[in-house]
Amino acid sequence: MPDEGVWSAQDTTPSAIEAALRELLKEQHAKSEAYVPARVLNMVAVVDREWRGEIYNRLEGVGRYHASRTILCAVEPRRETIDAWVTVTATSDPRPGEIALTHERVVLDIGPHHVPALDTIVDPLVVSDLATLCWAPHGHAEAIDALLKLSQVVLIDSVNEPDPGAAVSRARQLVEDAYVVDLAWLRSTPWRERIASSFDPPQWRDELGRLSSLTVRHRPDSGIAGLLFFGWLCSRLGWEPGAMVQRNGELFGRASARRGDVELLLQPDARQSAPGLSGITVETASGMSISLDRGPGGLSARRRTRDGKESSWTVLGASRGEAGILGEGIRQALLRDPTYGPALGCAEAMLT
Amino acid sequence: MATIEQQENVLVEGLERLPVHPTTLVIFGGTGDLAKRKLLPAIYNLAHEGALPERFNLIGSSRADIPHDDYRDMARDSIKQFSRRAPNEQVLERLLERMRYVPGTFDEDAVYERLGEHADEFDGEAGIPFNRVFYLSTAPEFFPVIVGKLGAHDLDHREDSDVRVVIEKPIGTNLAEAKELNRQVLAVLDESQVFRIDHYLGKETVQNMLAFRFANGMFEPVWSRNFIDYVQITAAEDIGIGTRAGYYDKSGALRDLVQNHMLQLLTLLCMEPPVTFSADDVRDEKVKVLHAIHPPQPEEVPEMAVRAQYSAGMAEGKPVPGYLEEEGVAEDSTTETFAALRLEVDNWRWAGVPIYLRTGKRLARKVTEIAVSLKPVPHLAFEQAGSVGVQPNQIVMAMQPNEGVSLSLGAKIPGTRMRIRPVNMEFLYGTAFMSQSPEAYERLLMDAMRGDATLFTRDDEVEAQWRIIDPILEAWSRDPGPLPQYPAGSGGPEEADAIMREGHHWRAI
Repeated sequence: MPDEGVWSAQDTTPSAIEAALRELLKEQHAKSEAYVPARVLNMVAVVDREWRGEIYNRLEGVGRYHASRTILCAVEPRRETIDAWVTVTATSDPRPGEIALTHERVVLDIGPHHVPALDTIVDPLVVSDLATLCWAPHGHAEAIDALLKLSQVVLIDSVNEPDPGAAVSRARQLVEDAYVVDLAWLRSTPWRERIASSFDPPQWRDELGRLSSLTVRHRPDSGIAGLLFFGWLCSRLGWEPGAMVQRNGELFGRASARRGDVELLLQPDARQSAPGLSGITVETASGMSISLDRGPGGLSARRRTRDGKESSWTVLGASRGEAGILGEGIRQALLRDPTYGPALGCAEAMLT
Repeated sequence: MATIEQQENVLVEGLERLPVHPTTLVIFGGTGDLAKRKLLPAIYNLAHEGALPERFNLIGSSRADIPHDDYRDMARDSIKQFSRRAPNEQVLERLLERMRYVPGTFDEDAVYERLGEHADEFDGEAGIPFNRVFYLSTAPEFFPVIVGKLGAHDLDHREDSDVRVVIEKPIGTNLAEAKELNRQVLAVLDESQVFRIDHYLGKETVQNMLAFRFANGMFEPVWSRNFIDYVQITAAEDIGIGTRAGYYDKSGALRDLVQNHMLQLLTLLCMEPPVTFSADDVRDEKVKVLHAIHPPQPEEVPEMAVRAQYSAGMAEGKPVPGYLEEEGVAEDSTTETFAALRLEVDNWRWAGVPIYLRTGKRLARKVTEIAVSLKPVPHLAFEQAGSVGVQPNQIVMAMQPNEGVSLSLGAKIPGTRMRIRPVNMEFLYGTAFMSQSPEAYERLLMDAMRGDATLFTRDDEVEAQWRIIDPILEAWSRDPGPLPQYPAGSGGPEEADAIMREGHHWRAI
């Protein structure tokens, strides 16, 4: 069992917590020089106190994508004081000649009145000079606004917002101040990669200019993921997006492309259990179509060419699962995707 | 905003994984050790991550006369045993469905006819011509045979897709053999189709050298003879030859590690910044470095090269046999298990800077590193009494076991007096990145499928490597031995000190 240093206190202060962190790191180093603290990323998560354990476990489940220092702020109604638990954990026992990475976790129980100035509590606890990612899976927009003073990256999941218009609006607001990593966007990465691949062979690349209709199937609460996918194609292909309208429980719209309109259809798929997309069908004016659907061992792909010839295959790939998506979100905090912002802008245009 | 009037695929912007054209991969030696331990697990891991081309087929070929299903069973077992992650059954089964097997010897025409039929069938199913990659995971004597047969059966070129051939090391055992092999291969293929693999270049740690040198402005000003005193490159192994006596006793340390891997490290360390990171720009610069190393004259070899064999000693607290007592090794073998060289890159930047290379088996520990020793400061105003004193700065790039960079600095010892001792400023890659490095073969297989030859060795590069090594091998072959000995588990033979210039010292292993 890897070694762990632990400290806790009730009714404590950020400076006492920071001192405890320093002391625990010193103690670990004294036990073995092989213990080396990871120094990649700070992560600040703000959660409801009653769901603290669930979020803690989700963060534990991200495997190697642990932030170097995680500060979990649990907001408890009527609480006046700060209680803190600090652990410094090694990922493995040190082996001769090798290092054992350590991560720090700070869990804070705080009250609602701490939230507007949360940055002043968290600031002494983050590792200087590392990027800081903040995440509030239970809302707490006020906390995120406060943390923007010290965070460079905000993690959101637009799918969690029941109203797609509000989700897009909030994301648009955040991208003004920070780099936004949206889990709803990351879930669609394999789909975007595969559509990009489908049109990559030179003989099919021209078909991108002849796209005539796009249908995206999604879990009923994940319409925003579909909108972002449409937004991606609009922004990449230079289409002018039009407003989406409700039609028989589906969202329908058009985008203006150089060679004519492209029909866009969002279809809720009640059979889809995981958040995000369940399938995509792309058709071109020349009669070609490509469908991708979730299947065993990857995405089930079908292509019909202009001459009516059909073929099907599996695009291999294991599902990352929701733990994998969250881990990917943490990893993406250190990268920059230039295509999310334009896709978000187009998605917003489709909702107005 | 992007437009599709350009012929580029505008959808790839922002994607981490770029599309790779549908590919059929043929592994000659498909039931061999390399295929089982490295290639098939690497292919599975690429499939798991969704990194393979969106349409992918694999055909194994070797002498074993087994049906497709037995090959799939073997592949399944190998992947389960050697993959770096537990396989997802659904992904694995879908991957195995795309595998076929062609039995036969590599000089048999029927093998190539059947390979062509299977590959054509895959193209027909999909309605597009797949790229074809032929991976020669075989003994080197089959390389020209296979390439010749590919040519004879029109499998070497295609009008509407790419054909590439991946060749494993060794590319010859001396310069003449390397040249002859290159001639035979290039009689059939264009150099742009040939991917000579040196798996060392697939390691993240080795690629990081390029980032270290060319993404950090602070090192470039000191990266020359003006500031660097000497360089030492060490690739030490703590293990013996194990079950590889048959191969190793014919090869030896110089051929096994120095001619390829260590000279790769040397070129990456010494090359000029390439104009771009395209395959040929990078390789042009590496070849220039090799050309700037003068091959030694026979009489120079004893002064610049040392070889030795390990004798019985202790490893991990247990007694271990000497090389000559290892199973499969001849009692009078003169194969070196340790080699150390002093080379000089005779160009404007490096003239006069000795570059020491050292590799060996059964050394004190496993370590691969490059240590760059800077010249001492010109004047010492500090107290020398009671302190270790000011030592020249040393930049150490460690490749294994811990990947990182450290810089030794002189620092004041706390107290009232101005006493100095060296301290280390250390950076460990493992502490700064969350991602797990892909296996070298995963990276290299993808590069070959993508057609990116940056991390593969070009024909002139291999020949330039052999031009440096050949005279040493020749000189050693004329000297019957016995070879100097070093105890297993030690830091190597004392004789290695003889090639060091005055004031230079090997780092402790």
